[in-house]
Amino acid sequence: MQVHRFEKVWLGAAILLIVGFIATIAYGSVGVGVGMVGDSGGQISAEAVQNGNTGTQFDDPGVVKEDGQYVVYVVARQFQFSPGTGDTPIRVPAGENVTFRVTSADVVHGFSVVETNINTMVIPGQVSEVSARFNEPGTYGLICHEYCGAAHHTMGGSVEVVPPEEYDMQQENIDQSADDAQAQEEADQ
Amino acid sequence: MVFVDSYPKTSKLVRSEFLVSFIALGIGALFGVIQALHRTGVFRGFVSSADYYTILTGHGVLLALVFTTFFIAGLFAWAVTNSLERELPQRIAWSAFWLMLTGTVLAAVSIIGGIVGSPSILGHDLEADVLFTFYAPMKAHPAFYIGAALIIVGSWIAGLAYFKSLWEWRSENPGERIPLQTFMVLTTMLMWYISTIGVAVEVVAFLIPWSLGLIQNVDPLLTRTLFWYFGHPVVYFWLMPAYLVWYTILPKLAGGRLFSDPLARVVFVAFLLLSTPVGFHHQYTDPGIPSGYKFIAMTNTMFLLLPSLLTAFTVVASVEHGARQRGAKGYLSWLRDLPWDKPAFAGCMLAGLMFAAGGFSGMINAGMNINYLIHNTIWVPGHFHLTVGTAFALTAMAISYWLVPQITGKKLRQRGLAVFQPYVWFVGMAVMSNAMHRAGLAGIPRRTAEPTYDEFAFEGVAGTVGEMRLQIAIGGFLLFVGAAMFLIVMADTLLARRGGTLSVNSNIPEPLSGPDHSPRILDNYKLWTAIALLLIVIAYGPPLASMVADGLFAPGSPPIPV
Repeated sequence: MQVHRFEKVWLGAAILLIVGFIATIAYGSVGVGVGMVGDSGGQISAEAVQNGNTGTQFDDPGVVKEDGQYVVYVVARQFQFSPGTGDTPIRVPAGENVTFRVTSADVVHGFSVVETNINTMVIPGQVSEVSARFNEPGTYGLICHEYCGAAHHTMGGSVEVVPPEEYDMQQENIDQSADDAQAQEEADQ
Repeated sequence: MVFVDSYPKTSKLVRSEFLVSFIALGIGALFGVIQALHRTGVFRGFVSSADYYTILTGHGVLLALVFTTFFIAGLFAWAVTNSLERELPQRIAWSAFWLMLTGTVLAAVSIIGGIVGSPSILGHDLEADVLFTFYAPMKAHPAFYIGAALIIVGSWIAGLAYFKSLWEWRSENPGERIPLQTFMVLTTMLMWYISTIGVAVEVVAFLIPWSLGLIQNVDPLLTRTLFWYFGHPVVYFWLMPAYLVWYTILPKLAGGRLFSDPLARVVFVAFLLLSTPVGFHHQYTDPGIPSGYKFIAMTNTMFLLLPSLLTAFTVVASVEHGARQRGAKGYLSWLRDLPWDKPAFAGCMLAGLMFAAGGFSGMINAGMNINYLIHNTIWVPGHFHLTVGTAFALTAMAISYWLVPQITGKKLRQRGLAVFQPYVWFVGMAVMSNAMHRAGLAGIPRRTAEPTYDEFAFEGVAGTVGEMRLQIAIGGFLLFVGAAMFLIVMADTLLARRGGTLSVNSNIPEPLSGPDHSPRILDNYKLWTAIALLLIVIAYGPPLASMVADGLFAPGSPPIPV
């Protein structure tokens, strides 16, 4: 088979480009550590998530500390994130490793923190696990980026990243006020 | 001799297939402009934001599934007939047509049910607001899934007509090389048979019985994996017919001939081998799939660039050869001496140019980790409006200006409109798609009626969000105008009387380097199909095995209305 000289040069350059792409992506994964969403989150019953009886932290979603690490449990359902949407933003400290564990109670959703690498599908029956560190305090947009029904476009929220020293204080305040409220309630009774 | 006089039966088939495809294009384009105006907030008076998703489903199904499949069926029927010089087996080809049409009507009626209040038909709400990816556990009316299945089965039967034609030709021409156009059609169909198995199993084994209530649960991850097993090769099912046009017809329109027949065959074989074991690159951000399989899909995807890069060389070289045959000189000034006022030529060239841009944004999508930045943002439809929405759609429209006269015997009418139409499409797409790409970099999502939120505001990375919205609306409107111009030309041509002599014919000049120079092994379909299947087993075997290890329907989800 006769191949023109220009064709050979072009073919060589094309293969070089392809190998170059693969090399940069491999470096990004292994060298820089941009890991992929994988199967590390495990599986879960979507029905149990819906009924709140999984026997896991998804029954009471929010930020917890597990082995000294911040872990955020989020349940996505038509058309809200718990926590995340409306007046319940996800609150995490800046400069700390935070792991998000997200699952769905009904249909396929998306979980994307705008302008960050946190971008994962949320599939019923599966737990998406992604880790990130927010270096800058501030408010980040949180959206469901997969069509999930007639009011899909309302499924947005926010992630509030606060300086670590304030974060602990605010947590205590929240716990404190919760205790106060409980004490008040008991007193009322 | 005009094609319609040589092959009147196949011409009638091609006309019928084109007619359905053009009607789908018209409705799909109307839905497109409604969306462009709605999501940018320019005008929201056509539909409510809840019904936006019905329109979006209709746009995707009618354009990506119906317009493409019917046009390809027509183009392939012409190409096989033209290159084997015999009528297609009519009974098989027409049963394929009627099956696909029945499927189309079922799917279209279920979708439209969603905007007329979802009446209950046979115990199920008539609606299909599930978009063209129909991810379970969102549920559509069973008729939607049955319609989708019929379109696929119909396309299989259409392929059978091409193969039967080849077998008959073989018995009369023993030992001859398969003509290039037929080779391209059959290679594409083999790829299509292999890849549609995924969606056929998804729909027939899972979604139809589940939507009818015969089974309670399906596994959302398994069904979407089966969808994407099909969902990437389908883009090559759109692209390879465009390549058939660019390789075999475009050089002739430029006044020359194809540079190399052997290389064209190599490119199509590469697509057969590599189109399917790449589907996980649509699932880079899916949970439940180990990263290693995503890495394998990524490397396969990158090698899939090779046949397209080779095509860029061959097509440009063939066109340049054509220009030089017409007396052009210089390194670049030969570009001036091409027939830019011929709509068939101009449309194919502009489609190819835009495909180059779409190819580069596709390389970003394929980049496993950089994909985090743009996954499910409006960047993605920005990308595929360059590929299926221009490389395929504009090539289809352009070649219709050349082909429809030959299958009707009627001269092209409204030439003035036809000459400008490809440029209107090109400008409209350039305006819309550049803004969609940039908006995607800012994190603005796809598939949403109102991309604005109370909790925060998007900030443009290059340009402002308001300017991007305006460009998307203007570009979408220009594309609608472009589609309308095309349909006016076609309607006027199809309704005109026959008369005069055509200036076009279906003779394809011999390539500069003919098939005699290419190894015969390239025509060995059994070998290539076996290797293709082996690559699929490597890429899909272990992950599919682990998904079904805990049961075919687990972890399960019942149907959920949208």
